[in-house]
Amino acid sequence: MNDFATIPPQTLALEMRGLAVASMKNPNVTVAADVNWTVHAGEFWVVGAPQHSGKSDFLMTAGGIMSPAAGEFTFLGEAMPIFEESRMAHRLKLGFVFDGGQLLGSLTIAENIALPLRYHSKLTETEIESRVTELLTVTGLTPFADNTPVNVARSWQQRAGLARALALSPEVLLLDSPLTGLDVRHTVWWLAFLGELVKGHRIAGAKPMTLVATADDLRPWRRRANRVACLSGGKFLPLGEWSAVDASREAVVQELLQD
Amino acid sequence: MQESDTTLLMAQQPRSGLSRFYTDLLGRRVFKFLLALHGVGAFALITFGVLLRKFSVARGVIRPLIAREISRAGVKLLPMFLFASLAMGFLIIGQAAPWVSKVGGENTFLGDIMAIVVVRELGPLLTAFLVLARVGTASVVELGTARAMGEVESLEALGIDPVHYFVVPRVIGMAVGIFSLTVYLILGTVGSGYLWAFVQDVPLQPGDYFNQLAGALSYLDFILLALKTCAFGCIIAIVTCYHGLAQPLQLDQISNATVRAVGQSLIACVLLDALFIIAYLAL
Repeated sequence: MNDFATIPPQTLALEMRGLAVASMKNPNVTVAADVNWTVHAGEFWVVGAPQHSGKSDFLMTAGGIMSPAAGEFTFLGEAMPIFEESRMAHRLKLGFVFDGGQLLGSLTIAENIALPLRYHSKLTETEIESRVTELLTVTGLTPFADNTPVNVARSWQQRAGLARALALSPEVLLLDSPLTGLDVRHTVWWLAFLGELVKGHRIAGAKPMTLVATADDLRPWRRRANRVACLSGGKFLPLGEWSAVDASREAVVQELLQD
Repeated sequence: MQESDTTLLMAQQPRSGLSRFYTDLLGRRVFKFLLALHGVGAFALITFGVLLRKFSVARGVIRPLIAREISRAGVKLLPMFLFASLAMGFLIIGQAAPWVSKVGGENTFLGDIMAIVVVRELGPLLTAFLVLARVGTASVVELGTARAMGEVESLEALGIDPVHYFVVPRVIGMAVGIFSLTVYLILGTVGSGYLWAFVQDVPLQPGDYFNQLAGALSYLDFILLALKTCAFGCIIAIVTCYHGLAQPLQLDQISNATVRAVGQSLIACVLLDALFIIAYLAL
């Protein structure tokens, strides 16, 4: 059994009704249609999908970066996507970690992490530096703080992307394939750290965080995530707990659990 | 179909078919031009909207970016502009002095020639072209790479408007940079022009030369110079940012985007210059 299955469902973090997700590269292609999905606060979902099946497009739509092709969805009770300046404070309760970090190449790792704080918060430079130092420490990035992303290995860039997303202490965190291309040491660190975030890590104000991660292999997530969904062939299957995953006869589920 | 086949077909076409081919080609070109104009125009409106709406937003982030752009499109180009101003003074006076002396006008016209050629026309246009070559092209490559590497989506995920972060500093930086460099280029060219006249033994006193210059210029020249140089900066920044940012790019498409941006910036600057000539003549 996973550690967090007993968390009672509370407020709705994300709710999708009849959502259609378009491909970013080709908006005429639909990667998922008629998505009906509810994520409650405090849940830790892993969305499994084979490579090139539209995981990133799905997550970017869920994160409000792309508009859905059809349907509607809400984030903590407010309609998404949010582009208006007046609702930006609500939008910032959602953090997004890209596959590979997608850091700004012209900034150092520390400047990348400080960017959302400098742009959105009214903190003084000393307070920003203190927060960045804290984020660098918990993610193990202190030795790379003054390096630009191109001079840092991809696995550390991925962590820097996480640190940047955590800078504003979001309530919901979406992670695009966080374990892709990582060695065992990094994988173990990520799973342990995400587990702490769900329980409430001091870096995020000790509040339990809602997580949604995508993956092309469900096995590492078995003892970590407490809800599972699958995406394949344009269909989104919100399976729920691991017992439902084990009982599922869907080919994609079997494929994602294969040794 | 291969190019050679098309040429062969064209050669075999009856006259009406051939003219249809050219009208189709012309139509496609015009249509593409209008589409590009529409895209750049819409992007310019968005940029100015963001510039006004977010003028005081996140100054701590945007101000250093503006300072960096002013440095790139201004301060760092000063040595090149010093060289360009020396060369311009030499070219203009070197060419004009022998001809003017034939009509005995070396004492009366050299200052006027400088004012007309450098202040009204060559100064702003040459500055714009040099900044486009040195900074505009680099801007397309930088922004195209940023777009291809997903930095735009990254900013959107952080609730940061990519136009505010990437485009606004470049527009302000290039407008200020081109205006300042034009002033330096004009001052350098005027100074080096007199130097070359002196070297060529043109019997012209410094006081007479600068009196001719002052007499040839009016307040309108200074107003139009400021407007024109700032407009050149805005045009180059907007066209280069549009081609680097406005559409999803793959890394291998960046070189083509750069070529398109340079071509369109050149045409836009020349057209704007023509508009300013008309405005000057009308005023």
